[in-house]
Amino acid sequence: MSVKIYIPRDAAAVSVGADAVARAVTQQSGSRRLDVSVVRNGSRGMFWLEPLVEVETPGGRIAYGPVSVEAVEDLIGAGMLEGRPHALCLGPAQEIPFLKRQERLTFARCGVTDPVSLSDYVSHGGYRGLERALRLMPETIVEEVVTSGLRGRGGAGFPTGIKWRTVLETEADQKYIVCNADEGDSGTYADRMIMEGDPFVLLEGMTIAGIAVGATSGYIYLRSEYPHAFRTLRRAIAIAYEKSYLGANVAGSGKRFDLEVRLGAGAYICGEETSLLESLEGKRGQIRFKPPVPAIKGLFGKPTVVNNVISLATVPIILEKGGAYYRDFGMGKSRGTLTIQLAGNIKHGGLVEKAFGLTLREAIYDFGGGTASGRPLRAVQVGGPLGAYFPPSLLDTPLDYEAFTERKGMLGHGGIVVFDDTVDLARQARFAMEFCAVESCGKCTPCRIGSTRGVEVIDKIIANEDRAKNLELLADLCEVLTDGSLCALGGLIPLPVQSAIRYFPEDFDKPAPPPPAQGTGRNQETRSWH
Amino acid sequence: MSRAQEWDAERARSRIQELAHLPGALLPILHALQDDFGHIDKAAVPLIADALNLSHAEVHGVITFYHDFRYTPHGKHVLKLCRAESCQAMGCESMIRHVEDRLGVRLGETTDDRLFTLEPVYCLGNCALSPAVMLDGKLYGRVSPDVADSLIDNAQRHA
Repeated sequence: MSVKIYIPRDAAAVSVGADAVARAVTQQSGSRRLDVSVVRNGSRGMFWLEPLVEVETPGGRIAYGPVSVEAVEDLIGAGMLEGRPHALCLGPAQEIPFLKRQERLTFARCGVTDPVSLSDYVSHGGYRGLERALRLMPETIVEEVVTSGLRGRGGAGFPTGIKWRTVLETEADQKYIVCNADEGDSGTYADRMIMEGDPFVLLEGMTIAGIAVGATSGYIYLRSEYPHAFRTLRRAIAIAYEKSYLGANVAGSGKRFDLEVRLGAGAYICGEETSLLESLEGKRGQIRFKPPVPAIKGLFGKPTVVNNVISLATVPIILEKGGAYYRDFGMGKSRGTLTIQLAGNIKHGGLVEKAFGLTLREAIYDFGGGTASGRPLRAVQVGGPLGAYFPPSLLDTPLDYEAFTERKGMLGHGGIVVFDDTVDLARQARFAMEFCAVESCGKCTPCRIGSTRGVEVIDKIIANEDRAKNLELLADLCEVLTDGSLCALGGLIPLPVQSAIRYFPEDFDKPAPPPPAQGTGRNQETRSWH
Repeated sequence: MSRAQEWDAERARSRIQELAHLPGALLPILHALQDDFGHIDKAAVPLIADALNLSHAEVHGVITFYHDFRYTPHGKHVLKLCRAESCQAMGCESMIRHVEDRLGVRLGETTDDRLFTLEPVYCLGNCALSPAVMLDGKLYGRVSPDVADSLIDNAQRHA
């Protein structure tokens, strides 16, 4: 009987040596004539422990980490293959407190199974949601999702079921399901993890969406920065076609659902749903005016469900266990679980799936263990580059859509980026405007021109030129961006800028530093709107 | 490492034909050409425009909109360095300066020996292991100046 060893194939695990560790384990056990089979699983999401090696034993899966190539020989010598103790031994994987205290619904299989094994997927509860959906009327499927209270996990938080209902009720000869996998916000990686660690759950969610609203065709729009996820998705899709979970006769139901993954090309704005649709149609990723909303007039002018990866990957468990089961997690109008991503200057960075309502402090300290540098925490940015910077005094804010909006912040995709006391918030505010200038699609004036003017004004403030006057001008500019921009990029970029000024005024009141800031390096001259 | 071939109009034409039937075929075509040739030769614009019944301006407009697509070849190795907030919180700016100083080029530029092109990138999705870089499509995490040096040393040894 060979011993099963799990070593993640997740890109983040590979980025710190998981491939080399897997090779070393295979070689070393081979030279000792030990019979092992290495399974490349997804990541459990405890990245400070990667590469995390797990060994299947009669007493469960025993974890070791972080394992370097150099440590492999010693580990095998110490009896890792029998789950014996070692300095790197973490005990049973699921007993590790970071994991044990989570409520993993969407990520239940991630890190447990072989992501590209359909039999693993099915034996761990996969495709039960689809099976049930195929026995229900389309309206009933949609109502389950409405009941669950699931809101778009991409950031906007719009109720997923309501979106589906609109598409279902709109008559058309063709409808589409589009998965927004353009996860461009810094501090977020949940989409990537699930696509690499449990891709079939996304395929199943999209298939259910198709059956529910009457769409026979789906696209995953994936950012080009995720080549590992691209390969995993392509492989999973090929397997699903082969086993008739995709194609003309989904799971023997006689219903069709086709699915294709398409690559973006490095434009942050394509995470905005209308811009994404333009890009899928082969155009410049410029945003569209709304209305009409994509649910009525979306891809190629047809009714289209556009949902984030995590929203769609959550659909299978809602269908399997019922909307009420999912709704019973969470607080207020934020139902179910949030996939919190701990990032930046954090000791224990990783993915925490937990019912809405955990506070920022609990996430950062109880799970994250505080800063990686050991220095005091000074600022936290939640919700990506368009999210506000919060000071330590706001750490008791619960992770809930409304609680963040009330505090002029944004929960977004649930990414939490921690900064220690070396951060300069005037620099961060400048970066926000600079990022907006680089990534603006150029369609509306406030965003296209306002972001560039914003960089200039912040430069003057930093250089101590007419500070009071320029701060006033910046406030005015932010108001124009908020009220006058067509989409969330220009509309929300004032959040990081104004929160930096509001909570960290001392950073805008320092003596002028000598050198000018560095450019972004992206060649703006080639962009025709300049 | 780029495995780009010389521009070949016939090959480009057949790649375009293979993909032209797809709905919204332009991005898949541009990706295919860039994968094959390392960049999109200007001579490809009229070929694509003809195949998709678009104007040259529309094709040019799409190529220049997206950060990924380029008209000029890059160096043998492409090193993408993340400059987004999570990596900033872990000191990416000083690591990037170190790399720039060592190679004598800034972000967006290619070294004189055409061995390295440095590109800025805004998030590689490795934010729990910041700072992150991607060398020729391979992701690296917790990239200190020393780790960056060893990646560059290794690429130079195999030059």
